Amino acid sequence: MNSPCSAWLFVAPALVVLGVFFLLPVLAALVLSLTDYDLYALADIRNLRFVGLGNYWELLHRPLFWSALGHTVYFVAAGVPLSMGASLGAAMLLNSPLARCKPLLRTALFAPVVTTVVAVAVIWRYLFNTRYGMTNYMLDLVGIQPVDWLGDPHWAMPTIIAFAVWKNFGYNMIIFLAGLQAIPPELYEAARIDGASAWRQFRHITLPMLKPTMLMVGILTVSGYFQLFAEPYVMTEGGPLQSTVSVLYLMYDEGFKWWNLGSASAVAFLLFLIMFAVTALMLRLSRRGDEP
Amino acid sequence: MKPGERAPRSWRGLWLAAIAAGGVLLGGCAPASPGTQLTFWTIGREGEAIIKLLPAFERAHPDIHVKVQQLPLTAAHQKLLTAFAGGSTPDVSQLGNTWLPELAALDALEPLQARVDASTVIQPHDYFASIWATNVIDGTLYGVPWYVDTRLLFYRKDLLEAAGFDAPPRSWAEWRRQLAALSDPSRHRYGILLPTNEYEQLMSLALQQSEPLLRDGGRYGNFESAGFKRALAFYVDTFKLQQAPPITNVEAGNPWTEFGRGLYAFYLSGPWNIGEFRSRLPASQQDDWATAPLPGPAGAGIGVAGGSSLVIFRTSKHKDAAWQLIEYLSQPAVQQRFYELLGDLPPRRSSWQGTALRDDPKLRAFREQLEHVKPTPPVPEWERIANEMQLVAAEAVAGRLTIDQAAAEIDRRTDAILAKHRWVLDHARGRRP
Repeated sequence: MNSPCSAWLFVAPALVVLGVFFLLPVLAALVLSLTDYDLYALADIRNLRFVGLGNYWELLHRPLFWSALGHTVYFVAAGVPLSMGASLGAAMLLNSPLARCKPLLRTALFAPVVTTVVAVAVIWRYLFNTRYGMTNYMLDLVGIQPVDWLGDPHWAMPTIIAFAVWKNFGYNMIIFLAGLQAIPPELYEAARIDGASAWRQFRHITLPMLKPTMLMVGILTVSGYFQLFAEPYVMTEGGPLQSTVSVLYLMYDEGFKWWNLGSASAVAFLLFLIMFAVTALMLRLSRRGDEP
Repeated sequence: MKPGERAPRSWRGLWLAAIAAGGVLLGGCAPASPGTQLTFWTIGREGEAIIKLLPAFERAHPDIHVKVQQLPLTAAHQKLLTAFAGGSTPDVSQLGNTWLPELAALDALEPLQARVDASTVIQPHDYFASIWATNVIDGTLYGVPWYVDTRLLFYRKDLLEAAGFDAPPRSWAEWRRQLAALSDPSRHRYGILLPTNEYEQLMSLALQQSEPLLRDGGRYGNFESAGFKRALAFYVDTFKLQQAPPITNVEAGNPWTEFGRGLYAFYLSGPWNIGEFRSRLPASQQDDWATAPLPGPAGAGIGVAGGSSLVIFRTSKHKDAAWQLIEYLSQPAVQQRFYELLGDLPPRRSSWQGTALRDDPKLRAFREQLEHVKPTPPVPEWERIANEMQLVAAEAVAGRLTIDQAAAEIDRRTDAILAKHRWVLDHARGRRP
């Protein structure tokens, strides 16, 4: 048996699994997005019509799609930097020689990641209840008027961002921690001998050395945050005044609430295209940064 | 629940179960007892009360075992459609009568007219006519009403009397006068609470008009009719005149306490609130509130015919047993007991003869209103249309659209939602018998 042949044999199981459980459903969804599959088609397949790009065209003319996209971009633009900042900060604290009880702190900071999103979202809903929540109670102690966190269209999204950041920063923190530990200590020693301040060490050693890690974490976080769904689903149900409807939430509504699977698939592919473009842009920007 | 405990509902379901369980649990899939196992889906709170009614049924029918599965209201719609797509529908289910057209369009439900004709228990003329009518889609009967629901006025008798009104309003003009007298926005007092994210209130006013909400047999929206515009204008004016606060039910928080404090003199809501007001307001205030039928544009008004029915799924293998369960739950005595357990109003006039229902003064308005209710348009898309109607109405309340613009916008959105419905009506007629 020659080697390419046996190589194919070895990857065949993985390819079959990928093909059946990933590629095939994706292709089926793509075909679905070109049809008007809905309740009537479910009842009788003869009610299915091929509509070409009609679903996409209609979506691009729907104000709700654009506002959902706006909310999602808001969530990504505010959530990703906050989340990455919190992760990096926590990782640096844990990596600092001054830190004590590192295993305990590491576990505590990682704990939110392994909790169930629905369970903690319910707890956050209690914390942010306008009248009985602890947040407003604390604010009241320092004399700040109660805020209707989840009922006010202006505050609902920031509350969800805070929740998502708290929930997710632990995961990236672990990756950053590994990245920080891989930086050779000699670099810091040399910098100290040259009299570099802590800030300059961070700016000129830590950040450049972490760049590949940052890029990976950035791409993973951005693509994860574009798929915002569970948080608004549990905490606000898309409200108030549809101010927390994300693109994925719109897809859920279209597909599973109103059973328009055709147009729901189109939403999914539009979101995919947007995420693909954003990721490509991030890769290109990072590459440009490499060439001085 | 382990998959092995589930009885097979269809061959497709059995196949899936067999694949999932690797064939090992196949033996466990067979029904444990030689009798019939009926799967009964309930939605929301009804599931808890029904469990107390079933032992008597199972004693009378020892060969039938009923397995109740409770679906939460928020997940029920999705679960029903997924079950249909996956071929795992139950034998019997509770079904909200706005969802009935949808499942009938899917051809998922068993027609029931022949069974009703042969039944000695279920007498159609004993049911409120409009409620019964919501179960008839294109001339075919698909469900038997289980409990009814309509929206009407809860009002503060003492506040109305203090303002010089000795009776609740019977017409919109009278209602407007009372709202004006009872509102004082500077003291945060409003005539009525109409949460801007609930469509039932505006829909009730709209159903009172003589024009239907959809035209051409459910092909297009009819929201630009003079009648709907009149209803929308009345609704929007209530906010413009500051007789209702422009808030959602999330912001309204606890309307019962605020109604008790006199922040609102009227509250347009459904029968479950009788129980809420009884438990949430102090005993000293129980004589201060009452219920009244909905005022109409000119004289007594019409309400929305809501509620839930019992249906049998077409794929059920135990339709006779399922029908026996429906007959049992339709007996006036059982319906009275159901009311006592849960407060759900029965759909049969004879069930209302029970003392608990007949003698309750707070229920009298409901009894009266139920003779004057109108169903919502029987198209599968209705719930979505009502949602869009309310979203646009909320824009009009916020002052972003005029009445004419809002009506046109609702029609535009409705026509887009109904596009496929029109196509199916035009093309499917030749195919279906």
